[in-house]
Amino acid sequence: MLDEWRLGEWLALFTEDAVYEVPRAGADETADSAEDLFYIADNYFRLGHRVKRMLDKAAHAEWPRSVQSHMISNVRIKGSDEEGVHVSCRFITHRAKNEIVDTYAGHHNYILRTVDGKLRIASKRTFIASDSLRDQGKVTIIL
Amino acid sequence: MPDSLVSPSKTMEASYVVDDRENGLFRVNRKVFLDEDVLNLERERIFSRCWLFIGHASELPDPNDFVTRNVGGKEMIFNRDRKGNFHAFLNTCPHRGAMVERQESGNSLGFKCFYHGWAFNNNGNYATRHEKGVYPEDFNQDGCANLVPVKLEQYRDFFFVNFDEAAEPLESYLADSKQIFDIIGDHSPNGMEVVGGAQKYSIRANWKLLMENSYDGYHALDTHETYFKYLTEAIGGPAEMPTVTNVMDLKNGHASIEGDAPWGRPVAKWIPAWGEKAKAEVEEIRREVESRVGKERAERVCRLGRNTGIFPNLVINDIMAITIRTFYPVAPGVMNVTAWALGVKGESREFRKRRLDNFLEFLGPGGFATPDDVEALESAHRGYAAYQLAPWNDISRGLSRPESEPFKADDEEQMRCFWREWDRRMGGE
Ligand code: FES
Ligand SMILES: [Fe+2]
Repeated sequence: MLDEWRLGEWLALFTEDAVYEVPRAGADETADSAEDLFYIADNYFRLGHRVKRMLDKAAHAEWPRSVQSHMISNVRIKGSDEEGVHVSCRFITHRAKNEIVDTYAGHHNYILRTVDGKLRIASKRTFIASDSLRDQGKVTIIL
Repeated sequence: MPDSLVSPSKTMEASYVVDDRENGLFRVNRKVFLDEDVLNLERERIFSRCWLFIGHASELPDPNDFVTRNVGGKEMIFNRDRKGNFHAFLNTCPHRGAMVERQESGNSLGFKCFYHGWAFNNNGNYATRHEKGVYPEDFNQDGCANLVPVKLEQYRDFFFVNFDEAAEPLESYLADSKQIFDIIGDHSPNGMEVVGGAQKYSIRANWKLLMENSYDGYHALDTHETYFKYLTEAIGGPAEMPTVTNVMDLKNGHASIEGDAPWGRPVAKWIPAWGEKAKAEVEEIRREVESRVGKERAERVCRLGRNTGIFPNLVINDIMAITIRTFYPVAPGVMNVTAWALGVKGESREFRKRRLDNFLEFLGPGGFATPDDVEALESAHRGYAAYQLAPWNDISRGLSRPESEPFKADDEEQMRCFWREWDRRMGGE
């Protein structure tokens, strides 16, 4: 979906109290968006706007649109509690624009929950396995 | 790239900056963004002689605390010794050069080089015992085995280094920009602190473009259209358009633009989206500021924001949040940026979260605005490759106003302040 810029459908996977967070590169899993400076700490409202913005031609960083390839592996179900099912996976995402290819690698932590019989994302936290964004410079796509 | 063989340290073409006040024209030659010789000259005349920001006191709360970072292209240690005194050292071993501290931060009584094991107290003094006879008896009499200290001075909680022994004192260098640090100091009686780490990223463009961009009041509505669309929805009320716009020439190449804006400010301008409980808190903060600094100044501190450039490479933007950023060229077309958020010491968790949300909505690699700035800078930089055919940037906006009329934030006077100082230091005048 993300590779194809089907962002509306992607957003529909989230619950309405969902969070989407990308802490600073190298941050550990305890990173807290109320204490630490992240790159992204969206609630559902802001995530909705992020999607709207990405699809807007006035989002200059993503217009003309970048070309992306998301690869996921090592999917693990880590357990479940009252928040939902905790799932983690490794990712490598390539983004190409202006004839430059940027690579992001790391892992996602998801909390999934069933709402009205459908599996939904209640939380997605993306940890970039790096100590800076010196290479990529930005996080203007969904990793 | 260089199309002349003249030694860069001796001469610079005088025509890089054209300041034609009579005809209301100000131009900068695009070669200054591309040329290796210009960059070498900048390293020598700007980065080796100006005061460069190294860190904020809050990053080193206790004795023996240290951080390491690259400042002006040099690896540095910024630390406090056992007595709590602040120091700045070159992070290179006096023996044969390895970095004596490679962690980003920590607390340590000394530094030990991993290469051959030379050790140093955290006041920089050599602290190694060698077997008798391998070094002369009076080894290190002249300090040759101590860490090399660098001139360090502070204004309020902001620490700066200077690699030039003959540099003027920091306070006279900062000139009228001291008021910007004073205003930030007035945000709270408890002082300010750097919040939770730095954003480190890069931009594939010349470093001077980020300085121009950081207080460019002209680009906001075009470049940041999507941010303002977001803001109109997010503030939960009408987006009031700015009524105040001041441009301040802070001398020595420093400049600032000041004004009001539709966004909320943690200290202290409430927006409906924050809710009634926050409204009471924000009003309380505002009252506290007013009682401490007076009504008029509180208006400046709380309602107005400022985008400030401290020559050559420190930006302090006190807008919907406070960001400090520095940047340094690794090549004419690449800069490394380090950005921090500043918050009030001891503010509540809810407030801190609101502050960081405000920051992230606009600023940084994942914000709704900074990436579009970066795209603009990178795209301009690509355009400069054609500088021989399209040689000039126009920075004239507002220059032809009559003298009685003040500059506006969407003029380009603040950039001209930077460029005049740049030109002076580079020897163009
Ligand atoms: S380089 Fe540090 S001990 Fe040799
Ligand atoms: Fe901008």
